Amino acid sequence: MEEKAILDIRDLHVWFRVYEGVSRVLDGVSLYVRGGEHVGLVGETGCGKTVAMKTAMGILRSPPALFPQGQVLLAGRDVLKAAPIELLRMKGKTISMIFQDPLSALNPVFTVGQQIFDVIRFGHRWIRDDGALTKTKVRGIAMEALTSVQLPDPRRILSLYPLELSGGMRQRVLIAMALVNRPRFLIADEPGSALDVTIQAQILSLLKSLVKEAGIAVLLITHDLGVVRETVERVYIMYAGRVVEEGQTVEIFDDPKHPYTQGLLSSVPRLTGEALAEGIPGTLSDYTEAPSGCRFHPRCPQAMEKCAQQKPPMVKVSTKQHVACYLYHGGGG
Amino acid sequence: MRFSYFVLRRWLYSILVLFGLSILIFIIARMLPGDPARLALGPFALQEQVEHLRHVMGMDKPLPLQYWTYITGIFHGDFGLSFQTRRNVALDIAHYLPATVELVLVAIVWVLVLGVPLGVLAARYKDSWVDNLVRVMAFIGVAVPPFVVGLFLQLTFSYLLGILPTTGRLSLMTPAPPLRTGLLLLDSLIEGDFSALGDALKHIILPSFAIAMTGIGQIARLTRASMSDVANQDYIEASRGFGIPNRVIAFKYMLKPASIAPLTILGLTFASELSNAFLVETVFAWPGLAKYGIRAILRKDFNAVMGVVLIIGLAFVIVNLIVDILAGYVDPRVRIKHEEGE
Repeated sequence: MEEKAILDIRDLHVWFRVYEGVSRVLDGVSLYVRGGEHVGLVGETGCGKTVAMKTAMGILRSPPALFPQGQVLLAGRDVLKAAPIELLRMKGKTISMIFQDPLSALNPVFTVGQQIFDVIRFGHRWIRDDGALTKTKVRGIAMEALTSVQLPDPRRILSLYPLELSGGMRQRVLIAMALVNRPRFLIADEPGSALDVTIQAQILSLLKSLVKEAGIAVLLITHDLGVVRETVERVYIMYAGRVVEEGQTVEIFDDPKHPYTQGLLSSVPRLTGEALAEGIPGTLSDYTEAPSGCRFHPRCPQAMEKCAQQKPPMVKVSTKQHVACYLYHGGGG
Repeated sequence: MRFSYFVLRRWLYSILVLFGLSILIFIIARMLPGDPARLALGPFALQEQVEHLRHVMGMDKPLPLQYWTYITGIFHGDFGLSFQTRRNVALDIAHYLPATVELVLVAIVWVLVLGVPLGVLAARYKDSWVDNLVRVMAFIGVAVPPFVVGLFLQLTFSYLLGILPTTGRLSLMTPAPPLRTGLLLLDSLIEGDFSALGDALKHIILPSFAIAMTGIGQIARLTRASMSDVANQDYIEASRGFGIPNRVIAFKYMLKPASIAPLTILGLTFASELSNAFLVETVFAWPGLAKYGIRAILRKDFNAVMGVVLIIGLAFVIVNLIVDILAGYVDPRVRIKHEEGE
């Protein structure tokens, strides 16, 4: 399976040097996405989802970030070791992303046109196609992209500044920018979560049809389990910088194994608010003094002595489901 | 079309401001204790003579009428008579203004050429020794009074090193270029007189730098803050994610939004430079408007005071107008907000 993976993260550790010391945010995350596959990455805010994504995109700033261990293979290339120019060439074409907040992800002092033209111009895919890239051609590609995200009157939109567009329109523009260079893999960081629920639904169904049409692999990052259930085939559950459970969406929803996943699912009806805190007592721990052993043990209702001592490795619980919890380590130990 | 509308509105505001300023300064000048006519004629003049002068100057008429006479005069280029020079204030201003304008313009150049790059450097090498150095320099620039800076510069560069002249606009030996704009640098350039140009440059370096110190500090600090703020914005991260090369991001996608804040305070910088000029001109014996203005204030030469204040006000309004228009040009948010407010 790993041969065909477009993204393959292996035992990734990401630390940040902060004032208090070292903040160990990602502590051995492994996940993969196969070509054309739609995968979800779920966890509460602050669990490291976005850090994982930014590492995969190669846009995490390092001085503050350290990568002491692990690999991030993007289409077979190690992102952490790749030369900057090599990384640049992959962006847009191999990997692209949709940012969380459409209101802040567009540059306020350039028109939509200026921004999308540059994305096209520097997207190496088009240059390779036929050497010359005329202004008219760039414009044509841009208009086509805006039309594909169902924006009315793309010619006019090209001449507008982001603040002249509604949140939903901006999100559409960002999707157009992310897909204009025809990536093989898309990371979507909570798309539309900053928008109204109705608009978010529109955006998600648009995105879904676009990626299905183009056969793009997607890693959907979200804390919204409803969205996950509707859109992805396979799911990773993250807690405090670790993947705690992995499996087919249906299986995980029907039969969650990890106590954290169970808690997460039981708090679904009220997931939009602070309901999570009610569902699972306690809060995410500070990454500079992360709990020993299983990072969830201070909040876990079924914690055992062992949990505080050693990090539980991933074990297979069914053909397609893995979990990192001592409850499932052979012999019920 | 939208933009010209924005510019027009700014113009109208500016005219209103100038009108308000003229009323204010007029009233203040008339309310000042001391009788200008008596001061002009001296302690030994007869009361009748004083009354006569008051009548000639129209000071026995009601205030609104006096204001009307004054303001209509200004539109004809008549700022009233100066007691010190016995000339029309308009002529005096025309004589002294160019020296100050030249000084302040060169100071603005200092601010842009030193302040902005220092800020960019400090942001680029944030928390390094470069950053700390810029920070300390900026603090010194803001904290030390400009005339002290001026004295220090004179001591170092004129007295100790002897490479730059102490005072004045030109050396005695250098023949001045024919008067065109009154700006020596420009006049000598037009004339093609490079020895005069060089000499004028040598003379202007120290006083203009003394004036610019505050502005350099302010702009460097602000540019640094602005650049590092923009660097952390989502849209910069997004640009990197979309595969835009770093150099394009730095010089296009970061520089433009980051230039807005320093641009908007450039108007204030200009104001602080004008007020710095008042003392620095004295230190460097620079024959500018500031020196003329100070003498006018000390001698209650109120037509001259009003003239100077109005001209400075006008300069201030024009500079701020330019800054506002530039800011509107760079930042669509300013423009569009104005349209929506209408």
